[in-house]
Amino acid sequence: MLTGRMALELYLDLISPPCRAVYIFAKKNNICFEFKPVELFKGQQHTEEFAKVNILKKVPVLKDGVFTLAESTAILLYLSRKYNTPDHWYSSDLQKRARVDEYLSWHHNSFRRIAPKTLWIKVLIPLFTGQAAPPEKLQEVIDELAASLVQFEEKFLQDKPFIMGSEISLADLMAVVELMQPVGVGCHIFADRPKLAAWRSRVEEAVGKELFQEAHEQILNIKELSSIEVEPKLKELLAPTLMKMLK
Amino acid sequence: MVVELFLDLLSQPCRALFIFAKKNNIPFEFKHVELIKGQHLSEEFGKVNVLKKVPALKDGTFTLAESIAILLYLSRKFNTPDHWYPSDLRKRARVDEYLSWQHTAIREKGCRIFFTKVLMPLAVGQPFSPDKLEEAVKEMNFTLVQFEEKFLQDKPFIVGSEISLADLVAIVELMQPVASGCDIFADRPKLAAWRSRVEEAVGKELFQEAHKQVLNAKSLGSMQLSSELKEHLKQILKP
Repeated sequence: MLTGRMALELYLDLISPPCRAVYIFAKKNNICFEFKPVELFKGQQHTEEFAKVNILKKVPVLKDGVFTLAESTAILLYLSRKYNTPDHWYSSDLQKRARVDEYLSWHHNSFRRIAPKTLWIKVLIPLFTGQAAPPEKLQEVIDELAASLVQFEEKFLQDKPFIMGSEISLADLMAVVELMQPVGVGCHIFADRPKLAAWRSRVEEAVGKELFQEAHEQILNIKELSSIEVEPKLKELLAPTLMKMLK
Repeated sequence: MVVELFLDLLSQPCRALFIFAKKNNIPFEFKHVELIKGQHLSEEFGKVNVLKKVPALKDGTFTLAESIAILLYLSRKFNTPDHWYPSDLRKRARVDEYLSWQHTAIREKGCRIFFTKVLMPLAVGQPFSPDKLEEAVKEMNFTLVQFEEKFLQDKPFIVGSEISLADLVAIVELMQPVASGCDIFADRPKLAAWRSRVEEAVGKELFQEAHKQVLNAKSLGSMQLSSELKEHLKQILKP
């Protein structure tokens, strides 16, 4: 007997780093899902329709039947448990798991907070205001990111192949997708950081180069964005955040 | 060997840990790291946590930073009651969802009010900026709407009928604006009712004990920050 089973839905825009983490994780682990695109540059996260899916108006979002879930960390953990993904993603060893939790927590106020600013400054501000952002603003962000990268290498990566140890985990995945944002807009943060670059190669390898490229295709071609027409309504919506950035 | 918790109860995440450990009768050694004396910036403490922040845990040779990671570690190691971090897949996901969101929401906005109203004036020796406080309060208000609409709704606790790590982490953060003189519970009956329930579930005495220092407004306003800390704050807070 066939029971009507609703497919797992993932609301994503691959421009967004946490969406890429969820996308890569699901694909890598052969988790069947329906890709529900939410185009951020068209302001689709602000529609009433999407608000019904996530009142916080953000991606990624998971919808599993009537159960909806926001926050990429929560989604990744939910998927890892529900689909019994290989242990290394979120080790059952108490201390190894704690290391992953430790990174996932620190991540919010470091890479997650800082890395996206490179996109704002290099692409979005020019796109929305028709002017380049002041160069000192970009330098400020690059300096902030540099400080975070030092902490990352000193505390989280150290001399291990991956954050947790010898295998890739959710921590590496969340970190790498975030660091691809500056790369996409032309800030080559891996260029003069051999240890970090080596770690990135290992993560790409562990994820699968093809899948990694696929997930990052959009952000790596973001410069093409500069030719798009931005809806006036969206400009209005994003103006306050933009102004804050320029202060 | 007993677990060592490096704490200062002025810090919200430290209070969450303190309450959680005490409530669950987890034996630990309270290692006081006095923030106003800048002890977290010392080389010695840097050996415990290179990020130079509290809270930190030391369990034998294993050190751990980040309150969320520490709470989860303790809940697993000491097999605390299920409701703190439910084994039910979806309930657990709700806790994870809150613990993730709160970093840049409740925690960030609560910190900002505390920094603006209490810490910055102490660091620079000038009264707080009313404009900056107004902005900080505005952002907190917006976040509180999200908290009530998305996370609390009409449930007794964030995950449902019982207190979890989500409520604990939320309440300690929300006490920071209260300690700063911004009573965010004052005209929010639903939030205030939730706060009562959380206090009750934790145990009023323990809750009071954890919050005694930060709620002492007089002593808060006359804290003597070390000069190192003042410099450090001026750098990170960018007045």
